[in-house]
Amino acid sequence: MSVYESFNYPEVTYPIAKEMGLTEGEFEGAKNLIGRNPNYIELGIISSMYSEHCSYKSSRVHLAKFPTEAPWVVQGPGENAGVISVDDEGLCVCFKVESHNHPSFIEPFQGAATGVGGILRDVFTMGARPVAAMNSLRFGSLKSAKNRYIFEGVVEGISHYGNCFGVPTVGGEVYFNDCYNGNPLVNAFALGVVQKDRIFLAKAEGKGNPVIYVGAKTGRDGIHGATMASAEFDENSESKRPNVQIGDPFKEKLLLEACLELMKTDYIVGIQDMGAAGLTSSSFEMASKSGSGVRLDLDNVPVRENNMTPYEIMLSETQERMLMVAKKGYEDKVKEIFDKWDLDAVVIGEVTDDGYVRLTWDGEEVAALEAAPLADEAPKYNRPYSRPDSQDLLQKTVKTECPEDIQGVLLQLLANPTIASKRWVWEQYDHMVRVGTVQLPGSDAAVIRLNESDKGVAISSDCNSRYCYLNPYEGGKAAIAESARNVAVSGARPRAFTNCLNFGNTEKEAIMWQFATALEGICEAAKALNTPVVSGNVSLYNETEGTPIHPTPTIVMVGVIDDVTKRIGSYFIDSSSTVYLLGENTGHVGGSEYLASIHGKELGDAPAVDLVHEKAIIEFMCEAADQRLVNAAHDISEGGLAVALAEMTFGAKEIGVTVKLESELAADALLFGENHGRVILEVSNVNAAAVEKLAEKHELPISRIGRTLSDRIEISADGRKLIDIKVKDAEDIWKNSIGKIMK
Amino acid sequence: MKAGVVVFPGSNCDHDCYHVLKHVLGVDTVFLWHKDTDLQGVDLVVLPGGFSYGDYLRCGAIAKFSPIVSEIVDFANNGGRVLGICNGFQVLTETGLLPGALMRNRDLKFICKYVNLRVDNSDTPFSRMYAAGEVVGIPVAHMDGNYFIDPEGLAKLEDNNQIVFRYCDENGECIPGTNPNGSLNNIAGIINENGNVLGMMPHPERSAEGVMETRDGYFLFESIIKAIGGAA
Repeated sequence: MSVYESFNYPEVTYPIAKEMGLTEGEFEGAKNLIGRNPNYIELGIISSMYSEHCSYKSSRVHLAKFPTEAPWVVQGPGENAGVISVDDEGLCVCFKVESHNHPSFIEPFQGAATGVGGILRDVFTMGARPVAAMNSLRFGSLKSAKNRYIFEGVVEGISHYGNCFGVPTVGGEVYFNDCYNGNPLVNAFALGVVQKDRIFLAKAEGKGNPVIYVGAKTGRDGIHGATMASAEFDENSESKRPNVQIGDPFKEKLLLEACLELMKTDYIVGIQDMGAAGLTSSSFEMASKSGSGVRLDLDNVPVRENNMTPYEIMLSETQERMLMVAKKGYEDKVKEIFDKWDLDAVVIGEVTDDGYVRLTWDGEEVAALEAAPLADEAPKYNRPYSRPDSQDLLQKTVKTECPEDIQGVLLQLLANPTIASKRWVWEQYDHMVRVGTVQLPGSDAAVIRLNESDKGVAISSDCNSRYCYLNPYEGGKAAIAESARNVAVSGARPRAFTNCLNFGNTEKEAIMWQFATALEGICEAAKALNTPVVSGNVSLYNETEGTPIHPTPTIVMVGVIDDVTKRIGSYFIDSSSTVYLLGENTGHVGGSEYLASIHGKELGDAPAVDLVHEKAIIEFMCEAADQRLVNAAHDISEGGLAVALAEMTFGAKEIGVTVKLESELAADALLFGENHGRVILEVSNVNAAAVEKLAEKHELPISRIGRTLSDRIEISADGRKLIDIKVKDAEDIWKNSIGKIMK
Repeated sequence: MKAGVVVFPGSNCDHDCYHVLKHVLGVDTVFLWHKDTDLQGVDLVVLPGGFSYGDYLRCGAIAKFSPIVSEIVDFANNGGRVLGICNGFQVLTETGLLPGALMRNRDLKFICKYVNLRVDNSDTPFSRMYAAGEVVGIPVAHMDGNYFIDPEGLAKLEDNNQIVFRYCDENGECIPGTNPNGSLNNIAGIINENGNVLGMMPHPERSAEGVMETRDGYFLFESIIKAIGGAA
C-alpha cells in the first residue's frame, strides 16, 4: 500500500470538488491544466487556490485598471503589502488593509483578532516594524442585541490582539447601517516602517536552499477558511465556527521580534506569511514568483494535534506562522535566533528547479502540482454586468419638509452612532504605545511620527457606502477624495492608498455593475489626485440570505508630512480666532445621514465630486500647514456643516463658536447637506489675510463665517438663530451616546 | 548614571522607555534580557509596560520567575532604584517588592486615555521635580490596573505617605468619577517603604516630549536623574 493510500482519502469526483467550492467548469479546467485527475490532497489545494479569496477571479480584470505607479512607490500591488518612500534617505512605510468579514460574523472576537494578526504579519513579513493599526468597521443597527454582541466582540478582539502585540491602534471608522445586519465588515489596516534596502519579498530562489517553517504549530483550525470566505451566508453559517482561526498575539509578538532580528542578518532569501489557505498559498506563491519549485516534507511540519494528514496540514489556517527560504548552510543560525525567542524553526523542505510543488510524507511523494499555472493562471472571469432599472428610483431627487426644530435635529445627529464620538471604541485600543501617535484618535486623520524623527505619516480610512449604493461612480470617487482630504487637512500630502473592496455576490449582474462602476470612480479620482494604489484585497459574497451589503470600497489613504509639529488637528484651540469655510454650501441632501436618520430615506443621488476642486484643497492645505497658517481644520462630511462645526468645539479646551450664515438654501439643506469639497478652518487673526490670499491663489472660494467664542455653539442663518446651545451639553450627547447604548 | 530597561518576551513599552531615557533625557541606557542575570552595573532598572510572557496566567505572575527578576529583587533590596510602569507595576506586586495587587479593571474593559494625577508625595527620587499636590496629565493603558490591598496595608500606605500618584480631576479632587479602573483610594502609583521602588499604572514615557499631548511625564525621569546624580 502506498503512503497516499494509507490516508484513505475518498476518490476524487465532481461532487467532491463541488463540496470544496469548485464549479464543474473549474474542475474540468483544472483536470485539463494538470493533464490528469487530481488526487484528494491536490484537489484541496486547487480549490483553495481557485477560491475568490486567493485568486481574485471575478475582480482581476477590473483591478488591472488601477493606477499603481508614482515616483514614491517602491512596491506596488502583488506582494504581502505595498511600500512608499517617505524621504530621500530610504525611509519607507509599508501598508495594507484586508478584510476579515466572514469570520467576524461567525465568531466576532476571534474573527476580528485574527484579522488584525493577519495584516500585521503582512507588514512585518516585508521587514517593516508595524507602528500603526487602524480599522474600518461596519455593523447593523445597535438597536439589535445581536449587532451589539458583534460590535462588542469585534472591538474586544481588535483590542486584545493589537494591545498585546504592541501596535497602536490609532483610529479608523465605524458605521452603522441595517445593510450590515447579517454581514458586518471588519477591515484591518496596518502600517510599518522599513528602510528601502531592507525590504523582504516572497521569494523561493536558489536550488537546494532550505525551506524553513517558523512560528506556531499547525492545528486543524481554519481548514478551508478561504473557501468559506468566498460564498454567501445562509442560516447554517454559524455551524462553520470551527473554520474560524484562533489568534495568539503573544506568539505573534515573538514572531515579529524574531523575524526582525533575523532580517538584520543576510541569512534569508525570502519570506512569506501563511495567511489564507496557509501552507498552500505561501508555498505556491513563493515558487511561482521565483519560477523555481519547492519540495515540502509534510511529516516534518510541527503539529499540535495527533494524526493530522497532508490534506489538513496544507489547508490549515493556524495563525502566527511563516514560511521562509534561508541560504544553505545558515539553518543553525536561523534556528539560534528563533530559539532565543522560544519559537519553532524547522526545515521542512528545499527549493528545487522543476517548477513543481512536491509534497512528501515518509519520503514518498503524495502530491505534485506545477506552481506557476495554479498561482498565475487561476480562472479569470469578466462577469457580465448591467445597471439595474431600480437604480433610477433610488437616485430620484427627494423632497423633504424642513423641520422647525433645527437644534433638535442637530442633537439627534450628534447622538447617531455613526456620527457620535467613537471614544467607547478607541479607548479600548492602546493607541499610544510606541510613542509615535502625535495626533490622537478623533481627528480627521491619525498622524504618526516615524522612528523618533520629525517625519511622519497621516492616515485616514474612508468610505461612505450609502453614496456608493446610490451612485457607485460618485461614491467611489468620494471615498478617494474624502480620505485624501482628511489626510490633507491634517497637514500631510496624500501619497498612496490601499483598499478593501467589500461587495455582494458579483455573480449577479447588478452587483457586478456596482463593483465595476465604483472602481471606475476610484480609478478616476486616484489618477486625478496622483495617489496610486499599492496594496489591497477584495471581499465578495457579502450577502446573507440574498440581501447584499451596500457596496463598500474602503479606502485607506496615507500621506507624508516632513515635520509632525506642523500637523493640524480638527478641534478649535483658541478663542477669538476667525472661522472660515473653504468651499461652498450647495445644500445637497440626497444620500445624507440627515435624510437617512431623520427622515428614514436612503434615497437621492450621492453628492458629486469635483476633482479639480479637491486637488486645489489638497494644495491649499499642504501650503497652509507648511506655513503654519491654520490652527485647526475639519472636513465636512456626514451630518454636514452644523455637525462639523459642533465637532470642532469638542476638544480638550471647550471653545465655542458663533457662526452667521447667509444663504438662500433651506435651513436643513444648509446645515445638514453633505456636498463635498468643504473644509472649516480656524485661523488666528494675524494669519487671516495670508489664508485668504492662499485660497485666492488656488482659486478656492473662501468665506468668513464666524469666530471662536465663549462656551456656546451659536449658528444663525439670515438673521434667524437656528442653534444656540452650550458646548458641554452638546458634547455630552455626542461623547456618551455609544457608551450608553452599550451599557 | 546608567539605566537598564528589562525586556521580557511580550514587553512592548521597552523601546519607548529606552527612547525617552536615551534620546530625550540623554541617559546611558541598555536593554536587560529576561534570560540574563547581569544587571550591567545600572543605577536604575525600568520594568516596562506590555504583556510579559503573554500575561495569559495573571499579569506579571510568570515574569516573577524569570532569571533577571531575581537579580532585580536583590538589587532593590540593596537600595537600587526600580521603576515599574504598568505591567512593570504588576511584576513588582507579584514579586512582593510592592504590596497589594492589580486586579481586572472595574468595567472589565481595556482602557487607554489621558488621566489627571495628583502628586501626593513629591519627596521621592521619582517625583521630586513635581510640586506636592500638583495635577499632571499622563495617559493610562491597561486591562488590569484596579489596585487592591487589605485594610491594614492600605492604612499603612496612607500613614507612611507611600501613595505617590492618585487619579483626580483637573482641580486635584480625587472624586470617584475620576477613577478609571476602580483602584482603592484612587491609587495610581505607590512607593515602597524604603523609597527606592516605585510602581505606577500610568505611562510617563508617553508624555515626555513637546510633541505629545502633555510633557508632564518628563519630570518623573528628570527627578530620577537628579536623585541618582545627587547620590553619586
